[in-house]
Amino acid sequence: MSGERTLAWWLVFLGMLHGTVVFAGFFAPYDPAEQDRQNPYAPPMRLHLVDTEGHLHMRPFVYALKLREGAFDQFEDDTAHAYPLSVFVRGSRYRLVGLLPSRLHLFGVEGTRFYVFGSDAYGRDQFSRLLFGGQVSLLAGLLGAGLSLLLGLGIGTLAGYYSGWKDEVLMRIAELFLALPWLYLLFGLRAFLPLAVSPLETFFLIIAIIGAVGWARPARLVRAIVLSAKERDFVRAARGFGASDLYLMRRHILPETKSVLLTQLAILVPQYVLAEMTLSFLGLGIPEPVPSWGNLLSNLQQYSVLVSYWWMYLPALAIVPFFLGYLGLASLLRERRDGCKIERAGQGSVT
Amino acid sequence: MTQRRAKLLFCLLLSSALFCAAVLLGHPAAIFSQQKSTKEDSLVVPGEVGHSGGRLVVSLRGEPKTLNPLIAADARSREVISVMQADLIHINRSTQLTEPALAKSWKISPDGLEYTLVLRQGVKFSDGQPFDADDVLFTFQVYLDENVHASQRDLLIVGGKPISVRKVDAYTVVFRLAKTYGVGERLFDGLAILPRHLLEQPYREGKLGQIGSLTTAANQWAGLGPFRIKEYVAAQRLVLERNPYYWKSDTGGNPLPYLVELVFLFVPNADAQVLKFQSSETDMISQLSAENFSVLSRQQHGYTMVDAGPGLEYNFLFFNLNDPGEKASPDTRKKQKWFQEVKFRQAVSDAVDRQAIVRLVYQGRGAALWGLVAPGNHRWGNEKLPHPARSLEQARALLKQAGFSWSTGTDGESTLQDAAGNPVEFSILTSSSNADRAKMAALIQDDLKLLGMRVQVVPLEFRSLLDRVTQTKEYDACVMGVASFDADPNSDINVWLSSGGTHLWNPSQAHPATAWEAEIDRLIEEQMSAPTFEQRKKLYDRAQEILVENQPMIFLASPDILAGAKNSVGNFHPAVLEPYVLWNVERLYLKNARENAGR
Repeated sequence: MSGERTLAWWLVFLGMLHGTVVFAGFFAPYDPAEQDRQNPYAPPMRLHLVDTEGHLHMRPFVYALKLREGAFDQFEDDTAHAYPLSVFVRGSRYRLVGLLPSRLHLFGVEGTRFYVFGSDAYGRDQFSRLLFGGQVSLLAGLLGAGLSLLLGLGIGTLAGYYSGWKDEVLMRIAELFLALPWLYLLFGLRAFLPLAVSPLETFFLIIAIIGAVGWARPARLVRAIVLSAKERDFVRAARGFGASDLYLMRRHILPETKSVLLTQLAILVPQYVLAEMTLSFLGLGIPEPVPSWGNLLSNLQQYSVLVSYWWMYLPALAIVPFFLGYLGLASLLRERRDGCKIERAGQGSVT
Repeated sequence: MTQRRAKLLFCLLLSSALFCAAVLLGHPAAIFSQQKSTKEDSLVVPGEVGHSGGRLVVSLRGEPKTLNPLIAADARSREVISVMQADLIHINRSTQLTEPALAKSWKISPDGLEYTLVLRQGVKFSDGQPFDADDVLFTFQVYLDENVHASQRDLLIVGGKPISVRKVDAYTVVFRLAKTYGVGERLFDGLAILPRHLLEQPYREGKLGQIGSLTTAANQWAGLGPFRIKEYVAAQRLVLERNPYYWKSDTGGNPLPYLVELVFLFVPNADAQVLKFQSSETDMISQLSAENFSVLSRQQHGYTMVDAGPGLEYNFLFFNLNDPGEKASPDTRKKQKWFQEVKFRQAVSDAVDRQAIVRLVYQGRGAALWGLVAPGNHRWGNEKLPHPARSLEQARALLKQAGFSWSTGTDGESTLQDAAGNPVEFSILTSSSNADRAKMAALIQDDLKLLGMRVQVVPLEFRSLLDRVTQTKEYDACVMGVASFDADPNSDINVWLSSGGTHLWNPSQAHPATAWEAEIDRLIEEQMSAPTFEQRKKLYDRAQEILVENQPMIFLASPDILAGAKNSVGNFHPAVLEPYVLWNVERLYLKNARENAGR
């Protein structure tokens, strides 16, 4: 039972993380594409409680940034005025969960911009970009994983259930898909696409690509399970009673694949988030100024950024808990599955 | 003291021994004539006197394709060739004026058609063979031969006819032009004088295009420049050694160049070049981005960084103004209607925040630009060109006059639409390998959003971008940059003339498409043959004004030339003209070279 509880904890943990990303508009203080041309590469700002004169403030506050004399990217605190942090403020327009128009933000500062994670080359808020970027990356991961599992399930079931030449053909195609050098094909593919592809189109294109590329591995797993499941006594019995292929698949065989699919989902989502990041990192992904985690990380390709602005690494760190969550979930699910298998195997020997 | 005297004595003994050895080995002519030439005909270069010795290592952005000036098209080859070859009359990269090189002096006939050049006597190629008027004749014969396909040929066609060359005596050559040519003697800059004794044979056999590869043996290749080839290691480095027959000396009478060896390391990546410079593997670095410049400036030890000011590179945005033709899609035709509208282009120009581009893209190390002549060009800029500040109100007023209007969507975002109600949407191409221009495009995208235009930035690999702009002409707008190679309008002639291949918004036209393009053509052609600088400048100023009025190119910014060198490098004075740090390579020296030599 403690397994169940850990599973619940993992799910709550992941749920909370996803919640912040889904409600990015609310948690992020600014529009992710809004530029602040006076403050490029501003460092993360600190919250203060005590000002320079030693007075204690009731509300935490920040100091505005000002450029150091003659510098381009060296800022210092302008201590002339303290800007208190407020909660539930009205700010830039966004649509909650992509639907509900709203202007309410969890926190904000009147009079100056508050950079939690610093700003990028255009003075865009890194924290807001991280949250909004998560929407793109995680959704691409989830939908991509869903698509490839669906394809894998269909093809794997067909191959396993009908076996014979159909199985041969499908599995050879699967092997072909596993062997292709995808990255280079994608570069080639990009050349055939129309010149300007809108961010939304690119988004679905990415999902379609990473989904369609990854079906082979789940298909092989599903096939193996179907192969063994269709020889089970209860399946044979059902067939003996005249059950149709469709009925058998739906009622007896597919449910067997459930635990494998769930585990695969938990493994594939972070993998596909990474795939989206790779594509964006290489310039094949979502076009600027729409943020995605890959776009955020691609800033680090420049040597000068690597050595000058440490806060540009923060998105990379922030992505870690998501991956941890998914991989923890996956290993738990796998343990559960293996447990079930042992139980099943025991039952099977009795009958 | 005694130790030093002993050393001196030893050096003297050694050098006399070497001298005797050279005489005995059968190279007396080389040494005598060099001594003679330093007395009579060497060019004395003013400036700080250094001392000879040492090797200087610089990085080159990839391998040069060739050492052959006839076929060199890439910047890397040209950079290497510039230190191995010499021209008759040279443009001083620092003063931007001409000065004598292989030609000691020159005279232009009163009608401006005949140039009489007096050549330096006693000059030798880097393999010791003498140089005279026959080499010059041969060189120009080769350049002008259509079968050779030399890239220099276009520069030597004046008034539709090739320049004719005549030899008066062994050291006097007369060039005759079909038409007066305002560029004057600047024409000769960069035209390397080729060794007839090595190239005549391959020229007769029609093989000139195949020779001069990097693997050429050192004794099969020669030039009149300060350095000659010593060693080439594929994919790693090219080592040049000093040309012992070089014809320049310093004010102290010492022969130039000072450096014994010049090494080009092939480092294809700008960031890797910075790392190599930081780790002292290279002695100088140039063509730095502002970001890398500030990284290097921040942690300076043992080297000096120099901001030479704005160079001759100009970056600009342009719209596709090609005639779409009958078969064009309705979408293309709709966009063409916007782009052809002058007020639309002026509005875009007014909305672009040039100061932000200079600050965010070049970290303030650049200059905002309103016309084609970059501020690095000291003589040709038109001071009267307007520099309007960014004004969104002005932009909106212009768009309104041109029949555009705004509609407000459900999000409260206003969208610009044309008279027919089409929303204004287009894409801007940029080169994916140029981070600076991609950044400019992103800033413009944000600026134009304020006008309600929906703009997408499309990074493309540079060659396919160029193909789209000049061949297929399937694009909306593009951010590009051009670096003039000389501070004279002639170097940008293909941008100005409507028939030019880099007249980017509508290249290679048979007839000027618009009245203003025809007028620019006329002004540019007229200034080419105008006799005095003042007359040329007046015509050129007018051409710049017309360009700004019509905004086919929306000029953005011009970056500073940024370079750095170890403190031990003497005479390091980066210029804003190419080659930025190697223009005075013969005078560069290493301050610690003596210690090295003593080792």
